[in-house]
Amino acid sequence: MIPEQLAGKRIAITGSTGFVGTALVERLLRSAPGCDLVLLVRPSRRHSASERVRREIFKNNAFDRLKRELEAVGTETFDAMVARRVHAIGGDVSTDGLGLNTDDQAVFASCDIVIHSAAAVAFDSPLDSAIEINLLGPSRVAQTLQALGVRPHLVAVSTCYVAGNRRGSAPEQLVSAGPFDLGLDWRKEVAAGRRLRSDTETASRDPHRLRQFRVEAHKELGAAGAPALAGKTESLRERWVSDELVEAGRARAASVGWPDAYAFTKALGEQALTEVKGDVPVSIVRPSIIESALAEPFPGWIRGFRMAEPVIISYARGLLKQFPGVPEGTIDVIPVDLVVAAIIAVAAVGPEHAPPITQVASGGVNPMKYGLLVERVRDFFTAHPLYDPEGQPIVVPEWQFPARGKVQLQLKRAKAVAERTERVLQALPLRGKQATWAAKLEEYKHDINRAYEYVQLYGLYTECEAIYQVDHLLSVWDTLDAADQAAFNFDPRSVHWPTYVSEIHLPSVVQHSRAKITPGRNRNDRSDRLRRNVLSPDRHVAAFDLENTLISSNVVESYSWLATRRLNVPERIRYVLRTLAEAPGLSSMDRKDRGDFLRYFYRRYEGASVTQIDEDSKELLTQLIVTKSFPAGIRRVREHRALGHRTILITGALDFVVAGLKPLFDEIVAAEMTIRPDGTYSGELSKVPPTGETRAQVLAEYCVAEGLSIEQSIAYADSTSDLPLLEAVGFPVVVNPETRLAAVARNRGWLVEHWSKESGARRPLLPIGELLSDRERKKVFS
Amino acid sequence: MPRPGFVLEVDRSTPPILFWRGENFSLEKLPAGRSRVIYPPEPLPALDDIDGAIRRALLNPHDQDPLPALLFPGMKLTIAFDDVSLPLPKMRRPDSRQRVMEAVLDMAAAAGVDDVHIIAALGLHRRMHEYELRHALGDRIFDAFHPRGTLYQHDAEDPDNLAVIGTTPQGEVLEINKRAAESDLIVYVNINSVAMDGGWKSITTGLASYRCLSHHHNPETLENTRSLMDRHKSALHQSVWRLGTVLRDHGPKVFQIETTLNTDMFPSPFGFINKREWEWNVKDRATFLATTKSLDRTPIRLARKIFHGIEGPHQMTSVQAGETDAVHKITLEHIFKQQLVPVEGQTDILTLGIPFVCPYNPDGVMNPVLVMCMGLGYLFNMYRNKPLVREGGVIIMTHPTYRDFNPVHHPSYIDFFEEVLSDTTDPATMSRKWEKKYAEDEWYRHLYRTGNAYHGVHPFYAWYWGAHGLQHAGKIIIVGGDAPTVRRLGFTPASTMDDAFEIATDVVGRAPTISHLHVPALLVADVS
Repeated sequence: MIPEQLAGKRIAITGSTGFVGTALVERLLRSAPGCDLVLLVRPSRRHSASERVRREIFKNNAFDRLKRELEAVGTETFDAMVARRVHAIGGDVSTDGLGLNTDDQAVFASCDIVIHSAAAVAFDSPLDSAIEINLLGPSRVAQTLQALGVRPHLVAVSTCYVAGNRRGSAPEQLVSAGPFDLGLDWRKEVAAGRRLRSDTETASRDPHRLRQFRVEAHKELGAAGAPALAGKTESLRERWVSDELVEAGRARAASVGWPDAYAFTKALGEQALTEVKGDVPVSIVRPSIIESALAEPFPGWIRGFRMAEPVIISYARGLLKQFPGVPEGTIDVIPVDLVVAAIIAVAAVGPEHAPPITQVASGGVNPMKYGLLVERVRDFFTAHPLYDPEGQPIVVPEWQFPARGKVQLQLKRAKAVAERTERVLQALPLRGKQATWAAKLEEYKHDINRAYEYVQLYGLYTECEAIYQVDHLLSVWDTLDAADQAAFNFDPRSVHWPTYVSEIHLPSVVQHSRAKITPGRNRNDRSDRLRRNVLSPDRHVAAFDLENTLISSNVVESYSWLATRRLNVPERIRYVLRTLAEAPGLSSMDRKDRGDFLRYFYRRYEGASVTQIDEDSKELLTQLIVTKSFPAGIRRVREHRALGHRTILITGALDFVVAGLKPLFDEIVAAEMTIRPDGTYSGELSKVPPTGETRAQVLAEYCVAEGLSIEQSIAYADSTSDLPLLEAVGFPVVVNPETRLAAVARNRGWLVEHWSKESGARRPLLPIGELLSDRERKKVFS
Repeated sequence: MPRPGFVLEVDRSTPPILFWRGENFSLEKLPAGRSRVIYPPEPLPALDDIDGAIRRALLNPHDQDPLPALLFPGMKLTIAFDDVSLPLPKMRRPDSRQRVMEAVLDMAAAAGVDDVHIIAALGLHRRMHEYELRHALGDRIFDAFHPRGTLYQHDAEDPDNLAVIGTTPQGEVLEINKRAAESDLIVYVNINSVAMDGGWKSITTGLASYRCLSHHHNPETLENTRSLMDRHKSALHQSVWRLGTVLRDHGPKVFQIETTLNTDMFPSPFGFINKREWEWNVKDRATFLATTKSLDRTPIRLARKIFHGIEGPHQMTSVQAGETDAVHKITLEHIFKQQLVPVEGQTDILTLGIPFVCPYNPDGVMNPVLVMCMGLGYLFNMYRNKPLVREGGVIIMTHPTYRDFNPVHHPSYIDFFEEVLSDTTDPATMSRKWEKKYAEDEWYRHLYRTGNAYHGVHPFYAWYWGAHGLQHAGKIIIVGGDAPTVRRLGFTPASTMDDAFEIATDVVGRAPTISHLHVPALLVADVS
């Protein structure tokens, strides 16, 4: 009896935050009530190991069933049971000695069984990290146990695909023991992988390449200020290194006959483990493609978005018209609860009785044909279509079973079209809704890219014609009594594939994808949620930019208005012509550096009478600012005030231009000019105008001075030059963004507001003051 | 002799009837045998010698000493005048206010009065633009007083410039402009377009504070104002008259000058508006066609500019001065002489063509809230005794009802539409839940006091104006309006008049009786 065999045992688990790991923890806690668990979890930058366990494991809906059952019994609460039976220790399988501290070493050493399920499963892991985790991980666990002087039963989770690209039967033995062994030396692969990392790091610092990254960062962010550009450049460099290493892994794996770096490093990992394990008893469990649960903890339970799901959803969204594969081919899928039960059974029977390698796969005894899967998927989405954002059902295409090359070509074409369109859109001076289309296009492009990757990678899996033998698995199955067989089902023959696909797996996939499954327009719940967050009474400060955030006007317009107010008609015409002639030069200067532009432009106010400007500014409020304001924006400022937030306006406009907005803000930070003794403006700014990264600083200083938290602050801005400000606050809001900022906001999940001018406002052709009567015009100010 | 108003029973030979639709018109065929059209009386003749009539009125006031006898050197004289909400459309120059005020100022000058303030009595309305002040008062008055700071606009939110005169037995506090309150004489220069205006309402709303206005500008009072055009059955006017009594007994001396206009409202290109459809000649038909077709193709902004640029040829038909009550009684006689039409009984449906302008959007767009106010507040209230439509009947209005607002004039209307109307359209609920927030909003107050914005609370008042209509009607349909906007108002959108009649069958059955109030030209239906 498995529960009895495990009673009183202490079981260590690595990779418990993963898909299999979570299911394993759940199953052991629920079905083997006599055992204790030690969870080895890598502390993250923010959270300790135990915090991660609490957040990432026990909050999962896998535990709902156990929580319900405990509540029904009523003897012990879930939390108390967890506190009694589960110990979290901090550690990392990519470090020698697993990075355990002395206390945790003792806990780890006290275990009777160690289940190693930590792995880098992502298809796009860089080669070196796949090597550290998948290849060296199992050996490190074994070596640590040796060093601690203990010999518990080590159950290592691997994958069937270590068999590589081959046709025909794949037995439950080490690849190196089989007929296709190339005699690879895993130590050489480790050394090569590590060298590649350092070479690539060096290559990425090549001056020429660094310049490229900078150009690209500038293209993406525009005039966002030096710190933001530097940050972006560095992250582009890191991404480049990682991309190179991913590609290197793929190429290396393909060259020696594995579908990807994951299978390749896992295969060498088995070899390494066998070599270094010494007298630590080891059993290897190799599942095939793990998918949602057949029955435990509930049918359809799944964690994370895995192998087949993105492909299925891409197809249902109409993004992927085809997926390569042959209809009579076998696709080897195994539900997660069967895998977990098999691992537990192997652990329970103990090192003496457990087979050295156990494959958990369906292909050998109960194969699912690719044709059946495709047919079921198509039927499912015909009956339950997804809906596009306009609320129209998406019709799924007929499947043609094309070759991989053809599908890749299709996607490549779609990608090229999207890229061209994107370039055109980015070149246009778009704002607001249109800019969001461009951002959506980028997302579409990203989707195509992803689909392309899937086809490239998973295509290999669907085309793989290896048949995984499960003799060892079935021999363990036969030793179980009826009760164990009922409680720990891992018999691949028990799965009825048509039912599993249509009634268990697909509904669960659709639910997890958060795809739109109801007709009608999107209500945009996400924006509503973000908006509620922004308008929570817990926030402290709301900072606003002015131009294109609250009003659709700029410093040139307000200057023009003030400068023309007291001119007669011929003077006005001359003024307009002169300004139009200057416009291109001014706008290019503005694009380069806002601060320089403002200093240059404001010199025009030299000699203007302070009294006259003050009087005229009063009219400027209604005639220009309120006329061109976004009422929704003004309303938002007041909503913040009503919630008790401080409101602050940070603008490069001159103080007298924005003076009329005083009742809206607790604080206005604007450009200020010095005044000469004769009562005229000097045209020179008295301090650095608040633009670019200065704005973030202004806000930070304000928060410190007032004892408020910038984390609890909100910033509203419209341009990439405000990125430092947006990044500085806890709740950035992007208003009527230009294309680049729209893309940034979309990527980072920021709230985007589209505010517009009131349609009933006057729309004068030119931003010039109304013609005054002669008498008013010639009024003398002293 | 102009013909009186009358009621036309629609039969099979009746041509389609003219309806306003904002910045355009349409002709609608009303069902024969059960529809009637109520036509206003034709414009009365204007006074022959207007300036002479004004002088005579000032020298021979009712129940009051002649104006020159009230003026003395060293006195404080305040002249208050009706704001830009009157008349509609604006008069051709010279405006009645200019003519009257020039006569008053001449007399004041002759009497050696030099402390004269001229105040626009705008209550909670927006401040007038310079060009509007010049239009109403003339350049001479503007240039003489404005630069010296003695021509200005009332500010109902200036705590330093308001004074309490007294309290009515019902607890209503009369608080008005301080300068006016401390004057030896207030001369009020009025234009009485409709029966609702004038009398004690001139000063007790035009120069009042927000606090004072809120005593009667509220849902309860306006639901019991049956109708605004019938002062003796209007709870609002009863409150105003109580405040007037306080002013008469405890306030400064008031010299009220009221004028009435005839209904010759539109210049010749729009001649067909003032005519009865079956009397249209070939030229009228041609202008109608040309006008509507070209307006269809005109961008809406341009169309608005054209319509708001119209100056009406209306002329003064009477001027009377003296004690407020005595003057107003005569004024009302003149108004009803021009506007009253006897009508027999109520019908199931009332149809109203809504024009491009109402008293609250001169020189600005008529926003959806004002469409409601114009239809249910003004036109529906154009009755004496009982409404033209039975209780629970249907009101059908024609108007494009676009979601357009003027941000300078109507900032709080925008927020009212987005925030309040999406929450409730019930006057009592919104008054309880939202009114205070808008009335005391610092930003609206700032824009009202320094810009050209209506007071923050004004959209509520505009909505309350229609409270009686809202409560009376069983269903309200807007033909040709922007559907989401119409729904936000709580009304039902319909694309054509026939659809509207079809929708109305739910409430009034298959063969309802219909009244159409033929505007423009103003009329008050005396329903028996």
